Amino acid sequence: MTTPLTPPPRKNPEKRTVSPTLPPAMRSRAAMGMTAAASEGRFALQACAECGAPQYPARDACVGCLSPDLRWQDVSPNGKLLAETTVRTSTNLYFRERAPWRTGTVRLDVGPVIICHIHGDVAPHARVRLLNRLDRSGQGVLIAMPEHPTPDMQDDPEMRVLTSDPKLRRVLIADGRNPNAPAIAAALGRAGATTIFVGEAERWRPNPVQAALLDLPGVSILPLDVTDTASVQELAGEIGGKVDILINNARFIRPGGVLSRGDTAFAAQEMEVNALGLMRLAQAFGPGMCARTADGVNSAVAFVNVLSAHALVSLPDYGSFAASQAAALSLSQCLRSEFRASGLRVMNLFVGPTDDDWHQPLPPPKVTPKAIAADLVRGLQDGLEDVFCGDVAKELVERFRAGPKVLEREMTMGGGS
Amino acid sequence: MSVLSDLSAALRSGAVQVVDLTHRLDQDFPVIVLPPEFGQCARFRMEEISAYDHRGPAWKWHNISMSEHTGTHFDAPIHWISGRDVPNGAVDEIDPAMFVGPVVVIDCSAGAQRDDDFELTPAIIEGWEAEHGRIPVGAWVLMRTDWSKRSGASYLNLREDGAHSPGPTPDAIRLLVHDRDIRGFGTETVGTDAGQGGHYTPPYPAHFTLHGAGKYGLQCLCNLDLLPPTGAMLIAAPLKIKGGTGSPLRVMALIERQ
Repeated sequence: MTTPLTPPPRKNPEKRTVSPTLPPAMRSRAAMGMTAAASEGRFALQACAECGAPQYPARDACVGCLSPDLRWQDVSPNGKLLAETTVRTSTNLYFRERAPWRTGTVRLDVGPVIICHIHGDVAPHARVRLLNRLDRSGQGVLIAMPEHPTPDMQDDPEMRVLTSDPKLRRVLIADGRNPNAPAIAAALGRAGATTIFVGEAERWRPNPVQAALLDLPGVSILPLDVTDTASVQELAGEIGGKVDILINNARFIRPGGVLSRGDTAFAAQEMEVNALGLMRLAQAFGPGMCARTADGVNSAVAFVNVLSAHALVSLPDYGSFAASQAAALSLSQCLRSEFRASGLRVMNLFVGPTDDDWHQPLPPPKVTPKAIAADLVRGLQDGLEDVFCGDVAKELVERFRAGPKVLEREMTMGGGS
Repeated sequence: MSVLSDLSAALRSGAVQVVDLTHRLDQDFPVIVLPPEFGQCARFRMEEISAYDHRGPAWKWHNISMSEHTGTHFDAPIHWISGRDVPNGAVDEIDPAMFVGPVVVIDCSAGAQRDDDFELTPAIIEGWEAEHGRIPVGAWVLMRTDWSKRSGASYLNLREDGAHSPGPTPDAIRLLVHDRDIRGFGTETVGTDAGQGGHYTPPYPAHFTLHGAGKYGLQCLCNLDLLPPTGAMLIAAPLKIKGGTGSPLRVMALIERQ
């Protein structure tokens, strides 16, 4: 039985905050395939394109026929626990601080025997379900889970460090004017977030979703405008030490490509909010969050961006907006590198056209605030880096991976097509 | 003694005082809000470039950005379509003599307190003149509403049907422009027109009539309650922006101590 997490006591101001340490981060290039799968929560192994043999651990030539043609593919995550041990101490600082640590071997139904972390609720020799998760180094690792869910299983200490679970954590939602803010706040509340700070720009204008936000328990609305450096710095000064998960849902969007308006005013605003807003939030809140990634139950865990899937490829009808999303995506990748030493995760949630005023002339399917909120919370609970929300985003990334140039050509047919 | 040396002495003695009619350029000061598909007025923004640090060891400075129509600002004739062909209608072309001139203040604060949509009418102007004399040719006319004492959401006072704030009727502004030949018209609200001014004929009559006749506008003024109804001098010089339609500026009034 997992011991459920309890709300942490107030911090002892005389004690030094625990400095973050990391599990081993080195991997071969081949092994990074597991990390790539973990970033989306998929369980994948290499399989030999010639003889079909599944491979473990990741390698450069097939264990059976020496073919170098090994491809990552999703496989069944089920297996049986063979043997286990509990590490009581370690020369590795990260595991030393977290001992005892349960680890063992599992025979997968697809063949290989793998080494993995073991959830506390797994019984000896039990059937298990493997999860491929990112550890605090941002590398894919495997953890054996009970075959069937057990109470409070997310609260297991090994799971807690492999996820960005909002339970008992404090969240900042950057844009309380975004129509998705109430749904995100509500979903985070249901997932156990204790405090939900919501930023609101330009309090001199009515906010149509303010009442819906204030109806939710744990929500407090504070002034925050991601285009105003002083405002971002001020809020970070006030609550920066209490933000465990930052959700950057700020977005400015206007239809139009490069030629449609003949000026750069909306494009500049899109960059200001969507790209530089991300940068301002990261500059103001990032260092404080990085310093608190080992700060107990409510440690800082994730910086989340809600991005358009058209960060990957332009959508010419919203071309200048798509450019701002590409810029934001690039900044988020840079941020991953800068956050790496702390273990703070950058999670990007990619959406297709959203169900709002600016996409009103577009046909369905459109992503609803509820869908964004649900996938966002699930992504945090699974500790993901990349979440593709809705059919359009999922299909787009698939086509992007299959052939970026083909996708580019399809997206840029132009008015004559 | 010359006029200017008299003025210097009066400024030094306090017989003439300088009143600042300008709001601070503040990132969070309201700007006019248009339907979102239209181009928007940029908010005031300030980015620190260095502050005696590794980015510049001995100096501190900021890059600032804003619209021509952000904060306390001046409207030039070319701001409006009716004034697009007015000669010398851009801020850099206006005769600098126009930036210093007499000012009268019509106190509408009691009415604006009662009614957010309070209208300045010809009858009010004529009533004011009965008390204070005819508005001099070439004077700035400022409409005092004490609206500058509002803050937050009550300043723009936006509702489902738009902003609600006081302003002149079409007849009132025509009287000032065509019959009194004023220099310009100024308000404490975000525009020279009423919040609901788009529903008059012509829409936005202050903008339409003032700028069509080559007159100027001032808005987002404050401290109008410190000015006498007549006898003050207004100094309002916009930045010399090439082809500019307006400009944030420091507006000051010289008043004689009573």
